[in-house]
Amino acid sequence: MKILQSPAVKVGLSISIATGLYGISFGALSVASGLDLWQTMALSLLLFSGGSQFAFIGVVSGGGTGLAAMSASALLGIRNGIYGMQMNALVGPRGWRKLPAAHVTIDESTATASGQVDPLEQRRGFWTAGVGIFLLWNVFTAVGALAGNALGDPKAWGLDGAAVAAFLALLWPRLKGKEPVAIAVVCALATLLAVPFVPTGVPILVAAAVAAAIGWFTHKPVPEGLAPDIEPYPEPYSEHDGAHMQLPDADTRRGADRPDRPTERGGA
Amino acid sequence: MSLWFWILAACVISYATKFAGYLVPAKWMKNERMSRIAATLTIGLLASLTVVNAFSSGQQLTLDARVGALLAAAAALLLRAPFLVVVIAGAAAAALLRLAGWG
Repeated sequence: MKILQSPAVKVGLSISIATGLYGISFGALSVASGLDLWQTMALSLLLFSGGSQFAFIGVVSGGGTGLAAMSASALLGIRNGIYGMQMNALVGPRGWRKLPAAHVTIDESTATASGQVDPLEQRRGFWTAGVGIFLLWNVFTAVGALAGNALGDPKAWGLDGAAVAAFLALLWPRLKGKEPVAIAVVCALATLLAVPFVPTGVPILVAAAVAAAIGWFTHKPVPEGLAPDIEPYPEPYSEHDGAHMQLPDADTRRGADRPDRPTERGGA
Repeated sequence: MSLWFWILAACVISYATKFAGYLVPAKWMKNERMSRIAATLTIGLLASLTVVNAFSSGQQLTLDARVGALLAAAAALLLRAPFLVVVIAGAAAAALLRLAGWG
């Protein structure tokens, strides 16, 4: 079982179990909100995005229309489109593999892949988490729908706490240097400020917009020829990008305020 | 039968949204600016997912047992615990706090 030695596979399996178990609560809540077993299973098998699924049944159980339920679900799913763009570049599935890849493009598979540096590990993490969660999420949705009330509240087992811990654990290795920490804090605050004012799911999009804006406006191509002196690392924006951003003096001193232009060193 | 229609429509929209991302050519994402944005976006999304799961219930901000999960996970990470141990620490903290009657 050599594959189990892969760090990405380990993370993928752990997050599959933690997330998959939470399917029990979806199954139980879905049936309680008035959907039947097959409608519940259709959401887990075909829609397959936890946040959107909870949003859908939340609107239905609150007495909302099918249209409102579908809209809430669609709004929450927008971020999966952003993940799809990232995973297409990172995991790069070819041909027919794009079809299953798209289906398992969710928070956890994206986070597991992005948490790895090595391209092979990124692919392993994506598929392990994506397929693992798909299988377990559906099994436990069925369990929840059939016997949810007998098992009690999944919160009593701390499964919502497991989700919090999993996302923090995926974020943690990226917080090297001042700049990543600052970005994380700003995005966390933006999220919390947005929660009371916009529909569920949208705060994550607000944070995504803030993060993308930071990335866009702090991007400074290194002038050709000066690169080795200013930026000692082969990957300009790898884990050491905190250091890259802390050299404004060097940039201005060497006349880096020329108009932005692509450098020869991208190598991508 | 009408609910079935909206369920299937939601499923189609969900898949179409995911698949649309894969239609964006990978090479658009592979330049320095997009690599930079991918890096900041990942940090931003993970930070956002962490606090949304820790502090929100629908549109309300709440302090409950999940705060304990966040702190326990942070402590485990400071001690360099492996991923699964961090997740179990989070679940155990939330479960124990609820057992003790909080959150």
